Amino acid sequence: MTLERRHLLRGGTSLSSLTLLTGCDLSDSNVVQRVLAGFSRWNDRVQAALFSDSRLAPTFPDAMAVRDFRYNAWYGPDRAPDLKPDDYRLMLSGLIADKRPWTVEQLYALPQVSQVTRHVCVEGWSMIGKWTGAPLKTFLERVGADTTAKYVGFECADGYYEGMDMPTALHPQTIMAFYLSDELLPRKYGYPFKIRVPTKLGFKNPKFVTTIYVTNIRPRGFWTDRGYNWFSGI
Amino acid sequence: MRPPAAPHVQTHVLTVRIAHWLMALSILIMIGSGWRIYDASPIFGFRFPVWATLGGDVETALAVHNDPGVATAIAWHFAAMWLLLLGYLVFVGWGLISGHFRRDFLPVGPKSFLRDFIAAARFRLEHRLGEYNDVQRVFYWGVLGLVALMLLSGIAIWKPVQTYPLELLFFGFQGARVVHFIGMSLIVAFLIVHVTLVLLVPRTFIAMVIGRAEEPMPQPQPEQVS
Repeated sequence: MTLERRHLLRGGTSLSSLTLLTGCDLSDSNVVQRVLAGFSRWNDRVQAALFSDSRLAPTFPDAMAVRDFRYNAWYGPDRAPDLKPDDYRLMLSGLIADKRPWTVEQLYALPQVSQVTRHVCVEGWSMIGKWTGAPLKTFLERVGADTTAKYVGFECADGYYEGMDMPTALHPQTIMAFYLSDELLPRKYGYPFKIRVPTKLGFKNPKFVTTIYVTNIRPRGFWTDRGYNWFSGI
Repeated sequence: MRPPAAPHVQTHVLTVRIAHWLMALSILIMIGSGWRIYDASPIFGFRFPVWATLGGDVETALAVHNDPGVATAIAWHFAAMWLLLLGYLVFVGWGLISGHFRRDFLPVGPKSFLRDFIAAARFRLEHRLGEYNDVQRVFYWGVLGLVALMLLSGIAIWKPVQTYPLELLFFGFQGARVVHFIGMSLIVAFLIVHVTLVLLVPRTFIAMVIGRAEEPMPQPQPEQVS
């Protein structure tokens, strides 16, 4: 989901704007955007049908996990939120029975699993990493979430927001990752936890999660609001 | 009175023409948007110039979305893929069922291909409307195979988890990206040759639009008239 390159691209856009002066751009017309959005919704449905709640993302040997995982955000690592374990609380809302906030200590006491899976970015690059944490399903069951609801949404300390369909949220490999490469999740990668979901593109893996909610209204997503496909399964 | 020799005629039924133009349009969209997507994370040490790509005005997209049109390029790509799949299935399905492939694209032999290829390279291969020489036959089989390769490698890139282990055919996810790129390059090469030849024999274009074209009747030469 990174978008450092987008900033680099800014430097190169004067040339493109010159070439585009020659005519109006088809892609930016409202009609075209509506047609493309229609196809995107069709693709959401196709992907939901293709998704299998029992099919696991391929896993790899520990040795293939990258130690120095690529940093990816629209801001530099020095500007990443610096959440303190004493102040942090995970807030819950929506269709959840027990909405009491969770501390880092409580979260980290949840039963955990490890996975060596591949992160696939919408831009095309991919990287294998090792993540350890609690299955989101376990957490949702502990707090009495209505798992018959359609969606789970996330809000993050860096202003990011995402959401996913309930079948993906309950998938055994969808975890609240507390560790990366067997080390406490570093600040820049989303401390105290990131949602690691290897069946979706990288931008569907929110970091610095501060609120989890369960809903029947499709949650918006930071990049989805910027034109990317909502389901974005892989 | 001798009856005039039957002219060479090229005909394309409506199904073939619709499928052909559906594939032509969708392939152009997929190439343009694919280049913009490639530019977001290049495999090789170059990027396609933005003007040659499809995905909207970069500056507008950056201002409105903080995204250089990659989102729109992906939207184009994943919309046009359905049109390509539809056009391809109709074209191949009709070609197989109607006997068009068997009748017009077969047989192909290495000897006759070599003969026609050498003749074509020397610009001595005569084009007859409605007849396919071995170079054409090999090219059409080739591009139909390439589109199948693009669909397969594209699915491996689009859904590497749900279709696993499909990507292993292409030596993994990143391998599938490379295969997808090579397939694109070969299709672009095909398009350049294909369009060049159509420009040389424009009646083939007419046949693909209105369904029928024939060679002009040979004009009687003055000395033969007598």
